[in-house]
Amino acid sequence: MTFRKYLVLAGVTVFAPAGDSMLSYGMKQVGRVPLNHLQSVVSAVLNPWVAAGILLLLLFVIFNMTALSWADLTYVLPATSLGYVLVALIARFALHEHITPLRWFGIALIACGVGFVAGGPALTVPACPDATAEPVEEAVAVGASTGAES
Amino acid sequence: MKHLYTWSAILVIAFGAVVGDVLLARAMKQVGDVGVLLRQRGPWIVVRRTAGNPNFLLGIVAMAGAFFSLLFALSWGPLSVVAPASASLTFIGNAFAAKIFLHEKVDRRRWIAAVLVAAGVALLAG
Repeated sequence: MTFRKYLVLAGVTVFAPAGDSMLSYGMKQVGRVPLNHLQSVVSAVLNPWVAAGILLLLLFVIFNMTALSWADLTYVLPATSLGYVLVALIARFALHEHITPLRWFGIALIACGVGFVAGGPALTVPACPDATAEPVEEAVAVGASTGAES
Repeated sequence: MKHLYTWSAILVIAFGAVVGDVLLARAMKQVGDVGVLLRQRGPWIVVRRTAGNPNFLLGIVAMAGAFFSLLFALSWGPLSVVAPASASLTFIGNAFAAKIFLHEKVDRRRWIAAVLVAAGVALLAG
């Protein structure tokens, strides 16, 4: 695991809860969207908090897919679940919400789970050997064009 | 009947999320290490390989199904039940599915991690 890969995992961890929080905050400003006025969802996107939330969730998708390209699913999911803890800590220390002892216990369990999986290897299946090489059809096309030129 | 609808929707959410996660993970393994690809071949090849991968497209459809099931579940049951139950089931389901379909070596360490995180999420969101 390189520093760059840890940064990608940190991005997955941070962007999802940050995006969800901004979407939630923005939608509270927008108000309820009635089922017979679904077009008002479009105007909700113009709310800066909703727009920022969507942007962060897009970043989450990109970072998550990047992580899945070099790590197991059973590594990425628990390793990035610290996002749940992050939201609880923001709720406690920034928003001054009360966290019950049961929730603190939940935070401890997640932290233990992350510790368990982070100590092991990120990838247990052999990477696709030609995944970063030229795919067959591309190689054929390149070969054909080279042959045509010569 | 309300509970039946809620729990049916929770099962559909977890199923859709697991199928989506597994398909996306398989697609990205087929695409290759994105970091290496970006350095060696540029961003266009990453976009082209990802968008043209059938597993990626099916994964997105499964994720969309899970999202709409979430909306349905939230119209029947409370968020405090729907969110932790679906998230916990997804964690456990992913461990089984990754072992069976992606052939990942889910050893004792990873099983413990999946169970701890699933239990932690259930307590945190409950």
